[in-house]
Order: sequence, then structure tokens, then C-alpha cells
Amino acid sequence: MLHIYCPHCEEYREEEEFRPKGEAHIARPQNPEETSDEEWGDYLFFRKNPRGAHHEQWYHAAGCRKFFNVTRDTVSYEILETYKVGELPTIDDTSRRAAK
Amino acid sequence: MTQPSSQPNRLANNGRIDRSRPLRFQFNGTSYQGYAGDTLASALLANGVDVVNRSFKYARVRGIVAAGAEEPNAILQLGRSEAEQVPNVRATQQALYDGLVATSTSGWPKVDGDVMGVVGKMGGRFMPAGFYYKTFMSPAAMWPKYEKAIRKAAGLGRAPRESDPDIYDHINRHCDVLVIGAGPAGLAAALAAGRSGARVILCDEQEEMGGSLLDTRESIDGQPAAAWVERVLAELAGVADVLLLPRTTANGYHDHNFVTLHERRTEHLADSAPLLNGRRQVRARMHKVRAGQVILATGTHERPLVYANNDVPGNMVAGAISTYIRRYAVVPGKRLVLSTSNDHAYRAALDWHDTGREVVAIVDAREKPDGDLVTEARSRGIRIITGSAVIETRGAKRVTGALVASIDIAGFKVSGRVEELACDTVGSSGGYSPVVHLAAHTGARPEWRDDILGFVPGKVKGQVVAGGVNGKMSLAEALADGLEAASNALMANGLEAQGGTLPKVRTVREGKAAALFDVPHLKPTMRAPKQFVDLQNDVTTAGIALATREGFESIEHVKRYTALGFGTDQGKLGNINGMAVAARCLGQTIPETGTTVFRPNYTPITFGAIAGRHCRELFDPRRYTALHAWHVKHGAKFEEVGQWMRPWYFPKGNESMHEAVQRECRAVRESVGVLDASTLGKIEIQGKDAREFLGRLYSNPWAKLDVGKCRYGLMCKDDGMVMDDGVTACLGENHFHMTTTTGGAAGVLEWLELWHQTEWPELEVYFNSTTDHWVAMAINGPNARKLLAELTDMDLSNENFKFMDWREGTVAGVPARVFRISFTGELSYEINVQANYAMHVWEALFEKGEKYGLTPYGTETMHVLRAEKGFIIVGQDTDGSVTPEDLGMQWCVGYKKPFSWIGRRALTRPDTKREDRKQMVGLKPLDSRLVLEEGAQIVLEKELKLPMPMAGHVTSSYFSPVLGHGFALALLKGGNQRMGQTVYLPMADGKVHAAEVVSPVFYDPKGDRQNV
Amino acid sequence: MSEFATIDLVPTEPVKAESPLAMCRVDVITEPKAQSAGVVVREHAFLGHLVLRGNAGDAGFVNGVEQALGVPLPLKMGPLSVDEARGVSLQWISPDEWLIIVPGGEAFAAEQRLRETLGGHFAVMNVSGGQTVLELSGPAVPEMLMKCTPYDVHPNHFPVGKGVSTTFAKTTAIIRRLDEDRWALVIRRSFADYLYRWLLDASEEFGVHVAR
Repeated sequence: MLHIYCPHCEEYREEEEFRPKGEAHIARPQNPEETSDEEWGDYLFFRKNPRGAHHEQWYHAAGCRKFFNVTRDTVSYEILETYKVGELPTIDDTSRRAAK
Repeated sequence: MTQPSSQPNRLANNGRIDRSRPLRFQFNGTSYQGYAGDTLASALLANGVDVVNRSFKYARVRGIVAAGAEEPNAILQLGRSEAEQVPNVRATQQALYDGLVATSTSGWPKVDGDVMGVVGKMGGRFMPAGFYYKTFMSPAAMWPKYEKAIRKAAGLGRAPRESDPDIYDHINRHCDVLVIGAGPAGLAAALAAGRSGARVILCDEQEEMGGSLLDTRESIDGQPAAAWVERVLAELAGVADVLLLPRTTANGYHDHNFVTLHERRTEHLADSAPLLNGRRQVRARMHKVRAGQVILATGTHERPLVYANNDVPGNMVAGAISTYIRRYAVVPGKRLVLSTSNDHAYRAALDWHDTGREVVAIVDAREKPDGDLVTEARSRGIRIITGSAVIETRGAKRVTGALVASIDIAGFKVSGRVEELACDTVGSSGGYSPVVHLAAHTGARPEWRDDILGFVPGKVKGQVVAGGVNGKMSLAEALADGLEAASNALMANGLEAQGGTLPKVRTVREGKAAALFDVPHLKPTMRAPKQFVDLQNDVTTAGIALATREGFESIEHVKRYTALGFGTDQGKLGNINGMAVAARCLGQTIPETGTTVFRPNYTPITFGAIAGRHCRELFDPRRYTALHAWHVKHGAKFEEVGQWMRPWYFPKGNESMHEAVQRECRAVRESVGVLDASTLGKIEIQGKDAREFLGRLYSNPWAKLDVGKCRYGLMCKDDGMVMDDGVTACLGENHFHMTTTTGGAAGVLEWLELWHQTEWPELEVYFNSTTDHWVAMAINGPNARKLLAELTDMDLSNENFKFMDWREGTVAGVPARVFRISFTGELSYEINVQANYAMHVWEALFEKGEKYGLTPYGTETMHVLRAEKGFIIVGQDTDGSVTPEDLGMQWCVGYKKPFSWIGRRALTRPDTKREDRKQMVGLKPLDSRLVLEEGAQIVLEKELKLPMPMAGHVTSSYFSPVLGHGFALALLKGGNQRMGQTVYLPMADGKVHAAEVVSPVFYDPKGDRQNV
Repeated sequence: MSEFATIDLVPTEPVKAESPLAMCRVDVITEPKAQSAGVVVREHAFLGHLVLRGNAGDAGFVNGVEQALGVPLPLKMGPLSVDEARGVSLQWISPDEWLIIVPGGEAFAAEQRLRETLGGHFAVMNVSGGQTVLELSGPAVPEMLMKCTPYDVHPNHFPVGKGVSTTFAKTTAIIRRLDEDRWALVIRRSFADYLYRWLLDASEEFGVHVAR
């Protein structure tokens, strides 16, 4: 049971209020009709599965109904940061190694 | 019922029992007496009951070994009545209450003399480790039968066959500091945290808090330790933000300091929870705790030494002997031999000696033991045999003697003469293992410490470790460590520890312990009498040796091969010894061998506590429409659609479902029927970009829909597959009312929000669910207009209120929006009113509708009527792999829309353009009475030859009263090209049905009836 | 052509109205008197409920809402805006969403005032038929709530005047703290039967009284 800080409600809430929505920052191609079938397939189906820091999209279903992003360590399950849609993460494995 | 002499092992004085409150109980049909304050185990020992069970695999007789959660043998079945049966109760953790009834779980019919014992002893050598895997794995189909027989023989207890009369619940808790374990370290920590103003929860699995302080020989501040416990608990009880939870086991430690506590609230009182103030009380409660910091003060489990026949009743861990004597005033025997690797265990001999019974000898593995306790034993004249160990015990149903020999630990051999000492009890101690289980639940690997010969918990964020579990074994160290833990935990919460003075404790000097785990025997391991490592799972040193010899080198594999630490035991007594044996066999150290993963639950927990109040009618939410009471009153049968309870059909008298549905269908086609359509999802959309947004989410165009009009829309995912459908009405230029499927409502709203929030936040549009706000009543049939006209002043003429128009007005005096849309193909009006007034309108409809034979109909009739028209139901006729074109709904695909709407791009991929995709068709069975099975597979050839290609499947199938024959919708490969062909549907019973491929629109293909 | 369709859904002539709890069975043992109960449950039915959406960064919107409703617009999760005398409350639901509760029959007037006052991009949606309010009072309410929601109801974390939207049993609810020992729940109509019976069941051990 994760304890997740909602960047909109500005407090920690229990995992049962949220729904995970998979990898964050999957942008829909600006001009879908100009993409190749392969590019479109990549957008639809291909996702990262890293060991370590992972940027994920979550939905605060029982709270403010806002989507937001989470940087979570897939090994320790530690949540390293949460941030709003449109913002960029400040933490990834490279930055974590540098911080050590 | 036999009446044995009363409590021969009970001491006349001392202990924490109440001799003024005798309690009767039964064990295996015999009646006994104990006292308030006893556990079932202490009461059994007081009565001289040696044999409590038969073992898991070898069916050997077993007695009580320990005094707490680590007990491997005394795992009993409790309950007077069938409904109150509780399996897997550790007698050492069960408080005695008047009228308690316990039985052994194995060894039926008589635990100390049954046939399985003989089989087990004879079969022993034929049942090595891995026996089950090797013997019973083939043929695979037989495994369920083997398993049933094995489980029965193994005696794992049984669930009750009747419904549990008790209630249970869950409670969510939040605290700054959760202290697990109320021994010296836990109490010191809780006190410091409580005084600082933190929100504190202190839980302990025992009947009384205090842990080792309840049976220690030491004193605190010059008083018995128990008096200090009492003072601390009294102070903590007076602090508002401190919660004390005795009888509460921390059974699972999960992510981000989420800990589940299992509180047994009434299990010490009776089988079923007694009433409290005339009200039912919960029997067990699961606390779901989110803690800022967790202080693990779970202490240690004493490790028994492993020697031959160490499972004969009368063999116990040394510390348990002290607990029984000092806490329960029970001496579990007459003549004790103590075998130890350390000083601390000497207290068992001293406690025994205090009772006036005989200590035959202390056998110490070390050459020159010299701590304070050793000195005291010597001064009392107790015989101490050094450099030696008990290598084997004698006896069948009770120990009669111990073989003692000098041993060479490094060389792992018996190095001297063997002496047999007559005794009835052998206490043993191989050291103390920190209880690391909880920390390990989080995935943290325990870390080995040579100085304490044990694993300590791995690091977990937000976890502080204190006392014995942190390797601080002496009382003084444990108290100081508890205080420090509190200080650290408080600091992490931004608080400061208050009142942190340490109580005064005399230091007891203890010498260094020897690293002894399993004891060498005269014979090699494989030929020596059985030396048990894990008593609960019957794992022996020979079994582990065999596993390593057969190539299982990882301790995880050894564990699975031998069952070491399996099940409810979770390796409490045996894991370290097992690893030591494996390490020795593999020629490596214990830390090199590693440790296994411990999993929740720490001890078994009742299913009731897991279910809480989420059971029976409250198992899952049931959603009702505002008209539900009417449906119930009028005999509706209900169908669950998502969480909604929808009327399925309304039988009259003794009508069957088929008869009722046929009648309801005819009523709609011939006169008028009404459906409660309130469960359809409704989403209100406002904003100047609402229209643009709809155009991006729906497959069809919305740019030209006028105010006052409705339109059907299909929604796809970006893979081009249909995800939902519904009618959306244009209420105003910037205002729409969207409907969704019943099951898809929440998902569609989330879908709209997803695209708006993450892709197109610049579009000025807002959405909100209004599903529960409106009640929708769909009146359908040729008389629908006449009926509605009697209740409204709206102009219902076909010229002014056309098909797919909506109008505002009042119905039965209630303001309403009426949508002229149809899911049956008939003239139809969907009346929407505010839910609070819906019952009034519904009843008014029936008042005026009587002369038209207004017929309420349910989902089944709705399905038949819409299927006759070839209208799809998303989720029934589609499954996430169906495009709009597969459904023949090209008319609903706006390829010319300027924006590449969700799903469009995927519809031009070669795969979605394939001509042999599964396409929606109608099927007309050649046998007109036949109703095909939904889900039936379609093949193209009548002659079956396996394997043969599957060409599709039936998605919807009914009998149509208006057509007079059965009909179906199906997804069929290349279906559009197969009109008029005959296809075949092989059934499980060997029959093969034949059906003609036809248009999916069976009734009124031109749609005249809805336009009148 | 109008941009928005507005409609007063309250009948001009009184007709039978049924709250979402009209059909609820009570199948726990209740206390006859409020004084002896740890939890007292009272429904406030038929109130006006409106969902307001808009841009909290737009001063015109923020001021306009206050002008139209007479209470300030809360700009963050937690503190409610309440005018108890007029029976008006305003709760932050999300950065661009608020729940307005007004006395019964006043939802349409409130919507009209908002539409007259506000300009630019906003939305007002009537949900009065879709939800109801339960008031909970009595000494055992916090402990009973702990059996229902993972949200922390300790006074440090849930002071008087706070309102949150959270998980409740196996669905969701809005929880408000009206004063020291009075709380309110805003629940959805279709879940009302489930939640009401859940609440009574959770309250039974403390003694529960249903106030009419």
C-alpha cells in the first residue's frame, strides 16, 4: 500500500484513492495521419519497464480526479517525487547516481 | 469423560495466574481445570498432558516445545460447535477461558496411540525429503486426490462447515510512531514517544504486555520488573494519543510503513464474542496502520539445539521452561537436563531449581563457562558438564533419559564418552534469533552478525529497530536501545523525546556463547536417529543434507525441497538451524548461505478479520435506481450490471422467464412498455469547445448537430477498437448531455478527463457525472405518444418533435427533458426528471398507462428488442477487438473530419482493413425453435475434423416473439461476404447446429416504426 | 440559440419527493434515544447541490463566485466556506472544481445568479437529485469513521471546517467536519443504500440512533 502525495490536494493520501495509469509522458503524435504504422504501434503499445526510477501516470480517482505523475523506484517502491501534468521530472537514475 | 487428577505440575505460589478463578476446559474429550491467566498450553502442562499432536509427515507424537508464537507442535483446533471451529490455534497463544474445547488436528482418533504413528515410524526411512514431489507428482491428474489424503493425514486443521456467527471489522489508523512489541525495549520506546506528545500505537501479541519482563529473574528500579511494566502501562493508558493494543499481532509490514495488526478482541473470553452492554462486539479486528515511523521491538526467539530424537515430548526450549515456571506457575516435569551453548539459558535451570524439583545437570557446550548465572548455578551445587551436549534423548511418549557426550564443535564429532542421564525434561538453547520476520516482509534482506550469531533486520525506510531484535540482548541494553529508538523515531517526525531517564538495572555479566546449532551424533547424520530442525514441517538434518547432496544449493531451493519454514511456521524456530546445517553441508558460512524470505502473515489470522465487514450484503456496493422500491414491489427479478441492480424481467404469476420476456416484448411491439433506463451513464458537458471535444472523442461528426437534436456516437480507443457508445444531445450551443453504457460510465468520464487534462488542456470544456441526478424512463411502443400526451403539455406531433429531437416540458407536473430516441426501433420517448421526483412520474405513467396495458420491462426484453434491430451492446457484442467497420457501422465513422480523432489513425492500418476480419452478422438457425448459445463457436464446415479453424462466435442470441424464431448476432470472419451461406456451431454435447448468415437487422429494416 | 440550457427541476406544484434513502431498510438494532447513542445519523434531504467548474487563477471568476453566493471561493483542499445561517457552503473538490450546497429549492436560483455574474469559461451543473447529506454526531463518530475511510480523522489532521473527498467503504464520499462532534457526509444517490447500511452496521457497536 503506497502512500502518495497528490500535488493538487497537497497532502499524502492512501493508495486506494488512486489508480495507476502506466508510463507517464506518452504524448499522442501531433499529426497521427503522418506517422508510419510502426511509429503508431510504438505509441500505442510499447512501454518501458525499468529497474529503478520510473515515471508513471496516476489518477486521483477518489479525490480531485486529476491525473499527475510519479517518479517511483520499481525495486524499493519508494516514491521519489510527484508532479503535475505538463511538468517534467527532476529525478531519474542518472540524477540519483550523481547525487550519491 | 475421564477426570484426571488436578494440575500435578502446578506450583502452590507465585505466577501471574488467578488461583481464585478456576476454569474448566476440554482437550481431546478429557475435562481439565486451569486458572484465569493460563494459556491453553500452560494449563495442559499443569495437568501433565505430554502429547498434544502428531507430526505433519512422520506422525510422531509431539508435545509442547515453546511458550509463544514460535510453538511448532501445539497447533490445535478450537470450538464447541461446528460454526465456531477455528483451526491452527497455537495453544501457547490461546488464553484459557471457561468451557474451551480443543482437539488435536492430527492423530485422529487418538493422538497418543494411532495407526499413523506406526506407519510414520516404519515409513520414516521411506519418506525422505522431497518424498511428496517424487512420489506423488505423476500422474498429474491424481495429485488432487493425493493432496486431499495427505492434508487429512497431516492434520492441518479444518475450516467450519457452517457460517461464522461472529462479526469482524477493519479500522484505519494513523500514528507518528508504531511500536511493535511491548517488552523492555518496546515499553521504553513507547513511554518516551508518548511523553513527547506523539501519536503512538503500542501493540503486542501476548495476553499481557511486558514480554520477557513478565518472567525475568531481574528487577528494575529495585522492584520486580513486572511492577515497572504496570507503572509504564498505567501512564501510557492515561495519554490521549497513545493507543495500547494487547492481543494484537503485527502480521504484515507493507510498503511505506503500512502495517496490518490483527487484534483478537474476544478470543480470550469465549468461542463466540459475548455481548457487551447488550450489543454485539467484534471478535477480531484488523488495524490498517499508516505509521510515520515503525519501531520494531519484536525481541528474539530462542533456538533449540538440534539433536537426535529431539522431538520426544519433554524436549523444550530453555526459555519456555522459565516462562511456564515464573509466569504460569507450572513446572513442566520433575527432572531437568539443560543443554546450552550460552549463559542466558542457565536461568531455566535456576528457575527449575527454585521450585524444589531436581536439576539433573546443565550440559554446556563451552569448555569454560564463567558468567554470573554460571556462578550462581555452581554455588547451588548444580552439576555442570562442560564441553558437552545432549546428543540424543530416550523415550517414546515422554523423555526418559538424555545421552550426554563431550563434543568437538569445530570437527563436528562426538569426542568422548557417552553418559545417559535419567530425566523427563530436556531444555535446550542454541542462542537467540532476532525476530526479523516483519522487516523481511518489505523485501529487506536480514543481515548476519557474528557477535550475536544471528540475523538482524535489513534496513527499511522509516523503520527503527530496538532491543533484542537489534542484537541488544541484556535488559539494560534493551531499555537503553528502546529509548534511543524513540528518540530517533521522534526526530524523524520533527518531535523531541521527553522524560528520557533510564530505569536502574543491575548488569548481569554473561560469557560468550558457542556457535552450536545441530549437535554431532555418534552416527553420521544420514544414519543417526532423526534430528529435527523444523518440527512443524518434519524437516530433519538428514533431509537438508540430502537436499544439498541432490544439488539444491540455494537456501530458497533447499526450503522448497524440504518444506523448511513453510506455512504457518515461517521458520520461527528452525530457519537458522536449517541454514546452519545447509551451510555445513555446503562447506560455507551461514551468511554465505543466505536467508530465506519471510512472508505475511507472521502468525495465522482468521478469515473473518481479513473480510472485516465486507461480507454478506455489504460485500460490494449495490447501486439502486430511484425506482427500485417499485420494481421490488412489482415482483421484478434483478440482474447485476456492474454494481447496479437492474430489473431483469417482471414475471406475472407463475410465468417462466421465457414467458415473461415474450409477453414484455409483445407489449412493446404492439402497445407500450416502459424501461427504467436510469443506470445509463450521463455526463454533462459545458464550454465553448465542447463540440470540438466531442468531435475528437467520437468517431462520427458533431460539428453540425443543432440545439434540440440528439445523435448516436461511437467512441474508440486510439487502437481503433470500439470502447463505448451512447446518445448525446445538444442542449445549448456550448452545452451537451452525453449518455454512456451502464458499465462504462465511470470509465468514459475518466477517459474524457484524461484527454482534456493531458493532451488538450487548451480546450475550454468541463465534464461532470450527472448519472445519479437524473432518472430516465423510456416509454416504447406504438402507443407511447398517446400515453405521454396524457401527462404533458408538450407538442408531441411528429412534425414538431421528430425522432432524435429532445424537448423540455413537464411530465405529470414535474419539469423534464424528453429525448425522442429509441433502443427498440419503436416510437419512443425517454423522460428524464430529477431523481427525487421520479417515483411520482413513474406512478403517474402507470396510472394513465393502464388502458394501454403499459408493461414494465427489464434488461432481458431490452436485449431481445434491440437485437431484433441489430443494435449492438458494447461489451457483449464487442470485446475490445472490434472496429466500427467490423460492426457494419461505417455510417458512424467520420473519415472527413479535420481532426484525427481518437481511433482514426489505427483504422487505416492494414490489419484493421483486412477483409477477413470478424464482422457483425445475423444468424438464423435452420431449426426455427432453436436459440443458439451465446459464446458458441462457429465453423464453416459441417464435418468436424480436428483441428479445424474457428470462424467466429455468437455474441447475442434470443427467441423473438415478433419473428417467431430464434435469432442471433455473431462476429464471423469475412461475415460481410458470407450472406446466405450456412455455418455450423458444434456444441459440447456433440450436436452440430446449422444457421444461415443474414443481415443483423431482423426487424423493420427501414426503421419506419420509430419515425411515426 | 442559447449557449446553455437551464431548467428549474423543482416542480412548481408540490408532488411526492423521495430522498435517496426512501427505500433503505434498517437492519441493525438502533438506540431509541440520541442521548444513549455513540452515533446519531440524520439525513438532510432535498438540498440544492451544484458542481461549479472554473479557473481559480482568474480573479474575475473568484470574485464573481463570492458575489453570487455570498461566501468566498476556497482556493485549496480542506477549508470549507460556510454561511451556516443561510445554509450555503462551498467546498474545494479539485483545482478547478467546487461543490456548492444551498437550501432545498434554491439550486436553480443559485445557478442563475452564477450565470449572470460570471463571464468567460466556467460551468455550473445541477446534481441535486444525485446526492444527499448525512449528518453524524455523537462521541463515537471519529472511531466509526475510522472503520469506513483510510483518511486520517484525528483533530490535528481533520480540524473543524475541513472537507475532503475520499474513499469510503468500497466507494467514495465527501467527509466534512462541521464542529467538534458534528460531521457530515455527502454521498451519491445510487450508493446511498449501501453506504447508509454500512454506516449503521459500523455504528452498531457504539449504539446508533437514527434521527428523523
